Amino acid sequence: MADSVGRQVDSINHATEEDEKKQEIIRAKGEGKELTKEEKQRLRKEKKQHKKNKKDDRGPPEKEKEKASVPAPSKPATQSPAHKAPVPVNASASESPVAAEKPAKSKAELRADRRARQDSERASKPGKKEVGQQSTSSKPKATPSELQPVVKRLPEHVQVDDPAALKKLAKKLERQQVPLRSDYGYKVSLFSHLHQYSRKNPPTQQISIPVTAIHPSIVRLGLQYSQGIIAGSNARSVALLHAFKQVIQDYSTPPNEELSRDLVNKLSPYISFLSQCRPLSASMGNAIKYIKKEISNIPNQCKEEEAKRRLQECIDSYINEKIILASQAISKYAIEKISDGDVILVYGCSSLVNHILCEAFEKQRKFRVIVVDSRPRLEGREALRRLVKKGIRCTYVLISALSYILPEVSKVFLGAHALLANGYVMSRVGTSQIALVAKAYNVPVLVCCETYKFCERVQTDSFVSNELDDPDDLIVTRNGKTHLENWQTVKSLGLLNLVYDVTPPDFVDLVITDLGMIPCTSVPVVLRVKNVDQ
Amino acid sequence: MPGADKEMDLSERIESFLSELKRSGSGTGSLRGSAETARETTALLRKITAQARWGNAGELMEIIRKEGRRMTAAQPSETTVGNMVRRVLKIIREEYARSRGSSEETDQQESLHKLLTSGGSSEDNFRQHFPHLKANVIEAINELLTELEGTTDNISMQALEHIHSNEVIMTIGRSRTVEAFLKDAARKRKFHVIVAECAPFCQGHEMATSLCKEDIETTVIPDAAIFAVMSRVNKVIIGTQTVLANGGLRAVNGTHTLALAAKHHSTPLIVCAPMFKLSPQFPNEEDTFHKFVSPHEVLPFTEGEILSKVNAHCPVFDYVPPELITLFISNIGGNAPSYIYRLMSELYHPEDHEL
Repeated sequence: MADSVGRQVDSINHATEEDEKKQEIIRAKGEGKELTKEEKQRLRKEKKQHKKNKKDDRGPPEKEKEKASVPAPSKPATQSPAHKAPVPVNASASESPVAAEKPAKSKAELRADRRARQDSERASKPGKKEVGQQSTSSKPKATPSELQPVVKRLPEHVQVDDPAALKKLAKKLERQQVPLRSDYGYKVSLFSHLHQYSRKNPPTQQISIPVTAIHPSIVRLGLQYSQGIIAGSNARSVALLHAFKQVIQDYSTPPNEELSRDLVNKLSPYISFLSQCRPLSASMGNAIKYIKKEISNIPNQCKEEEAKRRLQECIDSYINEKIILASQAISKYAIEKISDGDVILVYGCSSLVNHILCEAFEKQRKFRVIVVDSRPRLEGREALRRLVKKGIRCTYVLISALSYILPEVSKVFLGAHALLANGYVMSRVGTSQIALVAKAYNVPVLVCCETYKFCERVQTDSFVSNELDDPDDLIVTRNGKTHLENWQTVKSLGLLNLVYDVTPPDFVDLVITDLGMIPCTSVPVVLRVKNVDQ
Repeated sequence: MPGADKEMDLSERIESFLSELKRSGSGTGSLRGSAETARETTALLRKITAQARWGNAGELMEIIRKEGRRMTAAQPSETTVGNMVRRVLKIIREEYARSRGSSEETDQQESLHKLLTSGGSSEDNFRQHFPHLKANVIEAINELLTELEGTTDNISMQALEHIHSNEVIMTIGRSRTVEAFLKDAARKRKFHVIVAECAPFCQGHEMATSLCKEDIETTVIPDAAIFAVMSRVNKVIIGTQTVLANGGLRAVNGTHTLALAAKHHSTPLIVCAPMFKLSPQFPNEEDTFHKFVSPHEVLPFTEGEILSKVNAHCPVFDYVPPELITLFISNIGGNAPSYIYRLMSELYHPEDHEL
C-alpha cells in the first residue's frame, strides 16, 4: 500500500521532471546546441524510468517477483544502448525471450527514439526552428513494428578462444549445477574458437548420483546426443520435445510461484546441459523458443493440471504440424519433380529425403537411387538399408567416386540441417561438394527442408560457426596397420572432423518446403512471413 | 648351349616381371611406385636388347614391340610400362638414323605436306645392319636409366620456386613425388599442409605421418570436407598416375572434386609429374580408362543382408580435364597443360602410339 502511494508520488515527480527535461530538449534544439553524451544518457535513463512507472501504474496489481524481474533485465537493457558493441551474454540470458520480452520492446522503442533524436539533431546542425516540429513528428513515426533491431549476442559455443567468455560460462554452469565439459585433443588452429569433445567422456559421467538439478529423461537425452545414438535434426528435435513433455508431466509448481515463470527457469539448466552434451541445432533452438513462448503465455488463473495438459497439447501439435504434416506436404511437391526413368542421387541419411523416395516408390514411380556416403560417419548405409527394405534399386559409392557416378545421374536430392537467412544451406559436411560437382555436370540440385529449420543467422563460410566431432573417428585400421594411432603424440599432426558445411545458393536450384517450392534466396521472405504470423 | 641358357634366363625374367605386374595391380595400397616400375621396365628392355637375337633395327623393334604388348596387357592401368617401351623404340629409331647418317629428326616435324608425301617410306629403312647399333642403343638406354634415377630430385629442386612461407597447401592421397617436393621446401620454409585422406584406401594417413616426421604442420581431413576448407587454401599440389595426351590427368579418385573446388575458389592447381608418366593415351577410351577394385572396400561383407541387392562401385581413378590444371612441374621444368602435346612429340614417335 505504502509502496503504491510512494510510487505515485514518484511518478508525479518524474512527470514534472520529465516535462522540464522536454522543455530543455526543445530549447536546446531550438538554439541549435547539441546535447552532450552524458546528458543523452541521463535523458535516456529518465525516460526509461518514466515509462516503467507508467506501465506499473497502468498494469494489474503485480507480485513482488514481477517488480524484481522487470528492473533486473532492464538494467542490462540500459547498459546495452550505451555499449554499442554486442555483449557476449550467456546463453540462458539470451535464450529467455519471455523474461526479456517486455523490456525488449521498450529497449527497441528506446533505440528508435534515440535514432530519431539523432536524426533530428543531425538535421538541427544548420539550426532552424522547424526542427523542433520535425523531431516531435518523427518520434512517433519511428516506432518499430517491422524493423526489429535485434542485438545479436554471440553464442557461447563459438567463443572458445575467449577466456572471459569461458569463465562466464563456467560460473553459469556452476550456478545451474551442470557439469562443464572439457575439450579434447589438439585443435586445428583455424578452429580454435570451437569446442572439440571426445565421445569417450560424456558429461553424464561427471554428474553425481542422485541427480537433483537435472531431470533423468534429460540426462538420458544428453547421453544419447553425445554418443550419437540420436542424430539428425528432426530426430533430435522430436526427442527433445518428448523429453520436455516428460519434464512438464513431472513438474509441480512450488508455492508462491507462477507456473509460467518458474517452469521457464527450470528449463534453463536443462538446456545448458544439453548444449554441453552436443551444441544445439537450429531446429532445436526454434523448438525451444516456441515452448518458452507457450509456457509464458499460460494465463495466471489457469490450474496446474489444465496448464500442463495445454502444454502437452501444444507440443504434440507442434510436432504434428511442423514435422509430420510438413514432410507430407514436401513429399507431395517433391513427387511432382520425380519422373519415370530418373536416376536420383542422395547423400547421407536425411529422414525427409528417405520419406520422399519411399512415398514416390509407393506411388509407382520408376526410378533408381544412388546413395553417396562419406567417412567417418558412414550415415549413407542407414539410408541404404531403409531404401533397400522398401524394394528400391540402389547403388552405393563413396564421395570420392562422385565424378565417376555423376554422368549417370539426372537429379540430386539433398536434405538440410538449417537454411540461413542469406540463402546458404547448412547441412552435413560434403553436401557443398556434391552441389559443386553436380553444377559442373549440369545436374539439378533440389534441397528439401521444413520451414521450422529456417534460422535468422547468416554465414558465408564453414569456419565461423561449425561443430567439431571427435577426431579419433578418423583413425582406421587397414591391413592390420593403423597409421594415425598415436596422433596425439606427434607434435605437428592434427585431425579435423567437421560436422557441417554451408552450400552457397548458386549451387542450389530449388528448395522444397512445406510452404511450396522456393528459390534459395527467398528464405528471409519466409522468415518475415512467419514472424508476422506469430 | 650358352645362347639357349641366356634365352631361358631372359624369358624367365620376362615372365616373373609380368606376373609381378599382374599381382601389384590389385590396388590395395602397397603399390610399387611408378618410378620403380619404370626403372625395372627399362632394365628389362636393356637386357632384351643385349641378349635377344636380332639382326637389324627392324627385328629389334619387333621383338620389343611384342614384349611391350605382353607387358601392357598384364596390367593396362600401369601406363609407365608402355611409356618406357615407346621411349626405347624412339631411342632405337634415333640411333638407327644416326648410324645411317641421315638426319631423321626432320621427319618428326608435323607438317601435313610431309605426312602426305613421305607416307610409309620409313618402314623399309630399318632393314640395314649396323655393327655398332647394339652398343649405341644400350648406351642410350643407360642414359635413360640415369635420367629416371634423378627425376624425383629434379622435381624437388624446383620446390622453393613455388612455395612461399606461411602458405596453406592442400594435397590428396599419397604421392612420393609430392612428398619429396614438400619435404624439400620444408627445409627452408614454414608452411601448413592439409591432406585429404582419400577413402577407401586412406593413403592420406601415411602421407600425413610421413610429412610430420619433417616437422611440417599437417592436418588430415576426410574427403567430404574438401570444399569446406578450400577457401583457406593457397595452393593445391597433387601427384598423378598418368598424364594424358591432351594435358588431362588420370589421378586417384577424388581428384576431380578437388580440382573443381580449386577452380571455384581460383586456387592454382599444380601437378608434380615426372616425364615418364606422360602417355599418348586419350581419355575417351571408355573401356580402358577406368579401373575397379573389389567393392568390399566400400561396402564390407558385414553388411551382408543388403549386399546382394545393391550395386557398389569402387573406381580407382578419376579424369581431370586440362582446363582445371594450372601448371605441370616435371623433371624438365614447369609447363602449361597446353604444351603437353609438344613434349609428347619429343618423347615418342607417332607410329609407336599404338604398340
